[in-house]
Amino acid sequence: MRNKIIEVTQLDIGYDNTPILCDLDFDVYEGEILFILGNSGCGKSTLLKHLTGLYQPLRGDIKLRNKSIVNASGQEKNELYKSFGVTYQGGALLGSLTVAENVAFPLEEHTSLTQDEIDSIVEEKLSLVDLTGFGNLMPSELSGGMKKRAGLARALALSPDLLFFDEPSAGLDPLSSSALDRLILDIRSKINATVVVVSHELDSIFSIADRIIMLDKERKGIVAEGEPHDLRANSSDSWVRNFLNRNNMR
Amino acid sequence: MQNSKPEKLKQTLTGYIAQAVYPVVFLGEVFSAKPRLARRKRELLYYLDLCGVKSLPVVIIISLLMGSIIAMQGILQMRKVGAEIFIVDLVGFAVLKEFGPLMVAMISTGRAGSAFAAEIGTMKVNEEIYALQTMGVNPYSYLVYPKLAAMLVAIPVLTVFGDAFSILGGMILSTSACDITPAAYWARSTAVLNGTVFMLGIIKSAVFGVLITLAGCCCGFSAEGNAQGVGRGATQAVVASIFLVVIADAVMTLLFTFIGY
Repeated sequence: MRNKIIEVTQLDIGYDNTPILCDLDFDVYEGEILFILGNSGCGKSTLLKHLTGLYQPLRGDIKLRNKSIVNASGQEKNELYKSFGVTYQGGALLGSLTVAENVAFPLEEHTSLTQDEIDSIVEEKLSLVDLTGFGNLMPSELSGGMKKRAGLARALALSPDLLFFDEPSAGLDPLSSSALDRLILDIRSKINATVVVVSHELDSIFSIADRIIMLDKERKGIVAEGEPHDLRANSSDSWVRNFLNRNNMR
Repeated sequence: MQNSKPEKLKQTLTGYIAQAVYPVVFLGEVFSAKPRLARRKRELLYYLDLCGVKSLPVVIIISLLMGSIIAMQGILQMRKVGAEIFIVDLVGFAVLKEFGPLMVAMISTGRAGSAFAAEIGTMKVNEEIYALQTMGVNPYSYLVYPKLAAMLVAIPVLTVFGDAFSILGGMILSTSACDITPAAYWARSTAVLNGTVFMLGIIKSAVFGVLITLAGCCCGFSAEGNAQGVGRGATQAVVASIFLVVIADAVMTLLFTFIGY
């Protein structure tokens, strides 16, 4: 039986006591690539922020490796943060630091490694995302795709085995997007990471997702869960089939 | 579904209350965070350069002019009673106790306070604040304390320069427009001014530095996550800083006078 890395139970999320998604129940298993998708404004990115402990839910619980991130104290949360990496839509690199300094940042904050050791890890992570030689550039000098890859290198700095991606393909051309998909697959196989991706890029979903969770804004919850090709062909929900076939989207 | 009028009113009131309470929440977050300044040398140097070194030329020019303006106005009045030598006292006390720290604070509000708000607001837009949090780094500690430490050093040092150049401005104008020699001006200055007067101004400047930093950072953290929000945050930072600096100046002046300084 596969190990559960994330357990979400009876989760209601929203803003100012107004729920946008209710009664969410799902698990994420070790080593899988799970995509969370849905129509625009359905709360995908908000759900990711809850999974990463940035927002407090209205109700329910989220456990990362059996530890609740919802009820964690500040110190416990910081410990949990060291066990996963997050990449954001625009990379979210710290603008005042170079690419290499950005990648080194979590290592400087959370380890007692020497500068030489940190430099060597930074080189390794930059080479993993194909950014060797770009360490001295400032984030403003990078293209959108490079920023995302640099953000990924930073997320990998502490060698976490759980990665979250928020819209990794947003704003990228099809070639860069598919290169990033290959990179995610590559990283999963190299470090046996569990990957949670928020996206509605069907090309990425059908190329790399092991499993998907579909959210619908109107129904405020999960409307389908399973293997993407199977759902596209056999889902009993016509909205799900249409969404995955890119037809008659709401 | 459209909200009813009472619902809208409730939302508006909740919004106003949240806005009014936010500075308290912000201060709670800042003072409960560990400064960890030993890890922030790079940031500290960056802000010392931004708030101190880069502000120095404008502080020098404005202080020189400010000293001359005070002297000019003083000469016009003192000449009527033949007491032109008291220009030295006027310029010295006005600059050291009030205008030196106040002018530096106003310049720093425009340069540093608005920059702090815009920087933090932009980081919110770019999700850098979230990134800091998910890297296990307290954003209040990382973003506020280096600025606070840099301002606590930079503003008093700038005030020393401001004081010196204002007195120089006063001296240049007085010696050109009156029968006061530079030596007489200097002798009178050293006779009437003392370390206590100078230190009162420096204490004021340190307090102003803290207020400008906290107002700038608070407005940055409370800025809405879009371009207009960042702009509004920067404007609010300038307005709030000036307001706080003037109130703090009035309170400290009254307090120092009350205790005999």
